[in-house]
Amino acid sequence: MSDKKEWPLWEVFIRGQHGMSHRHVGSLHAPDNEMAMKNARDVYTRRNEGVSIWVVEATHISASVPSEKGPMFDPAKDKVYRHPTFYDLPDEAGNM
Amino acid sequence: MYAQQIKSTGKGVQSLADMTPEERAFQERIDRGEKIEPKEWMPDGYRKNLIRQIGQHAHSEIVGQLPEGNWITRAPTLERKANLLAKVQDEAGHGLYLYCAAETLGVSRDELFEMLHSGKMKYSSIFNYPTLTWADMGAVGWLVDGAAIMNQVPLQRTSFGPYARAMVRICKEESFHQRQGFQIMMVMAQGSVDQIRMAQDALNRFWGPALMMFGPSDKDSVHSAQSMAWKIKMNTNDELRQKFVDETVPQAEYLGLKVPDENLKLNEETGHYDFSQPDWDEFYDVLNGNGPCNHERLEARKDAWAEGAWVRDAMMAHSEKKAARKQAAE
Repeated sequence: MSDKKEWPLWEVFIRGQHGMSHRHVGSLHAPDNEMAMKNARDVYTRRNEGVSIWVVEATHISASVPSEKGPMFDPAKDKVYRHPTFYDLPDEAGNM
Repeated sequence: MYAQQIKSTGKGVQSLADMTPEERAFQERIDRGEKIEPKEWMPDGYRKNLIRQIGQHAHSEIVGQLPEGNWITRAPTLERKANLLAKVQDEAGHGLYLYCAAETLGVSRDELFEMLHSGKMKYSSIFNYPTLTWADMGAVGWLVDGAAIMNQVPLQRTSFGPYARAMVRICKEESFHQRQGFQIMMVMAQGSVDQIRMAQDALNRFWGPALMMFGPSDKDSVHSAQSMAWKIKMNTNDELRQKFVDETVPQAEYLGLKVPDENLKLNEETGHYDFSQPDWDEFYDVLNGNGPCNHERLEARKDAWAEGAWVRDAMMAHSEKKAARKQAAE
């Protein structure tokens, strides 16, 4: 076996046909961004799944920490007034 | 299945009362149907079992390319060749999805390859059988992919997020594999006397090995209970095997082919087919490296890895040089 280091890991994001945002679809190994792009096309769009690909080297992604899920997301939990259904309106007001 | 030989911890399933608070919280999340994600806490056994299971599954996809690759250059028509090429390409893709899922558990791609090549990790026994005639491409798609799908559909609900997501992609793509195989069988089974003979012969040779794909009988499969509690296994081996027989026998009848089992009979009471168990001695023999093609398959993988080393290294060196040049220019 070669003692050279492994190809780095890339995360792959693809935008589908219908104007949605790019979405994470998986990852792959490649020596550089050009090869990552080529590999992403072959591995993740064999059936016309995309019109645009982003590849990002995995080490460049900062992720939230699972064990801090509470303090991170709890503040949004008690703010029901951010949702339209919080506000009771009469039927007479029509669709709003 | 594609992970037929997961060694047991020998401990059986722990009861909630015997667990540490962490383990209990983990089990309760699984019981609630939550997905476990890579960076979250998990018991060592869960991690180890999953690495082995996903790794074996990935290896099976990669080694599974070999028996069919054998026929790409000899496919009877250009259309069949294109179909088969697409199928084999999918299998490479499926292997890659699965390796990536395994890697999120902290094992590297090279380590996984290394374990395959050293025989420390297995792949499905089915790929150690030869593909002798074109009808075998039909039988492999129909039976082998059929059996694989039966195992993989429930695994879309498995508790480990990356594994479940890989399964969703794989299932979406794999149904064409089985259909193209069945269609090959249809053409062969309606063909010349020789073609019908080849179709029957392929069914005869692949029936037993296909039944073995689901792994040993439940009573001999001690690790099942813990894996099922963790939802990394969704059905027992015997359940899936029965389901496979129930679905496949009518298809064989449709083709006008005979399933090679004298004891095969629809049980009016249960509504299921009674059938003979495959030859389990043969199964263990093949798993232990003594099948007709074990040596050939493993050598092909090792050669591909060794002969590709200079390409991998050269590409890495090229990209490092490019990056250094870019940095110098800045």
